[in-house]
Amino acid sequence: MEINEFVALIEGEFEEVQPGTLTAETSIKDIEGWSSMHALILIALVDNHFDVLLTGAEMKDLTTIQELFNLVQSKLS
Amino acid sequence: MIISYYLPPITLSNLALSNLFPEKSEEDFLKNFGIKNRFIRQSHQIGSDLGYESAQLFFEEFDSVPKEKIDYLIFCTEGLDYKCPTSASVLHHRLGLKTECACLDMPMGCAGYIYGLSLAKSLVLSGVATHVLLIVADIPTSVIHSQDFDLRAIFSDAGATTLISKKEAECIGGFVFGSDGSGAKNLIVEHGSTRKPIDSEWIEKYKDEPEYLAHGRMTMNGLEIARFSLQRVPQLLEDVLAKNNLAFEEVDLFVFHQASKFILNALKRKLKIPDEKFYEYIEEVGNTVSCTIPIALKNAEKEGVLKEGMKVVLLGFGVGYSWGGTVIRWS
Repeated sequence: MEINEFVALIEGEFEEVQPGTLTAETSIKDIEGWSSMHALILIALVDNHFDVLLTGAEMKDLTTIQELFNLVQSKLS
Repeated sequence: MIISYYLPPITLSNLALSNLFPEKSEEDFLKNFGIKNRFIRQSHQIGSDLGYESAQLFFEEFDSVPKEKIDYLIFCTEGLDYKCPTSASVLHHRLGLKTECACLDMPMGCAGYIYGLSLAKSLVLSGVATHVLLIVADIPTSVIHSQDFDLRAIFSDAGATTLISKKEAECIGGFVFGSDGSGAKNLIVEHGSTRKPIDSEWIEKYKDEPEYLAHGRMTMNGLEIARFSLQRVPQLLEDVLAKNNLAFEEVDLFVFHQASKFILNALKRKLKIPDEKFYEYIEEVGNTVSCTIPIALKNAEKEGVLKEGMKVVLLGFGVGYSWGGTVIRWS
């Protein structure tokens, strides 16, 4: 999966977010309507698509969507 | 399988919650938690009272049940009456069951119904008992702080009663269980029991709460509980199917512990369970801990979703961590 597909996947997951508004450099916590619930949604999304179960601590250390993508990729390789 | 359940009379709607927490709207509560209504015990009601009410409803609804033949009472609750005697003994007396009857308490939470079914089946098929009354009842709202909006948005109090005699026991399949105490801290009511009894400092801290939270205060790491569910439940399902020599496609209905709408949706998606085979009953009642599975089964039958002869996978998982599952043939 490429980063732009990953961004689109996240956009599709959050109903508050309009398609095309997020980029790889978007800070996760700046996503419209961000709450602890969204961290959960991202963990479940990553688990479902990559079979990688991130921890809360790993999520806390992340800033951008690109960093999240890189983390997932590093766990796949 | 015949089941009755009882929900206490006090309700908590999303509108009421949004009035209590004005920074969140009625829609926020529905969207984030997928629950419309919760049921709260009256202040004098504890676990055995809700269990008692469910059993009374059971004997009214199924008046042909030979009450005098009940020779084993299993009571599952985390809201026990006393340190001793067992709450099951108290319930046994209130229900007027015969003297020749065993009474057992089992504080097993979210996996409690599965534990209860496994015990009941084993007792009946081994000849120890002939008619096992399984009563599950929990009062999570008694250990929720008034400002913990997420817990208030999820949990409800309830009681449910099931009878397992030979006919039912023969329709219950093989079981799989597991435990991981390293997750204990992620869903816990730490104070109010033997290791950490409440003290004067506690009373001072919670003096503005009902009963100064004398039963303790529930804390939940929602993220870790969701991770545990996503990690453990798929393996549990696989193991339960293998134990029962059943292919995924052969299952007619999946009824899981109704933990939260989010966890149910995430599991359904991960396990690729078709909508029509995945029964949910959380929107109208919330998470009733040990009662979610029997309440769901009862409603699935009432709605015509659950029919005679169907093979139903039941999975319970949560506090402990503990988990368990089985397959029943609905009769």
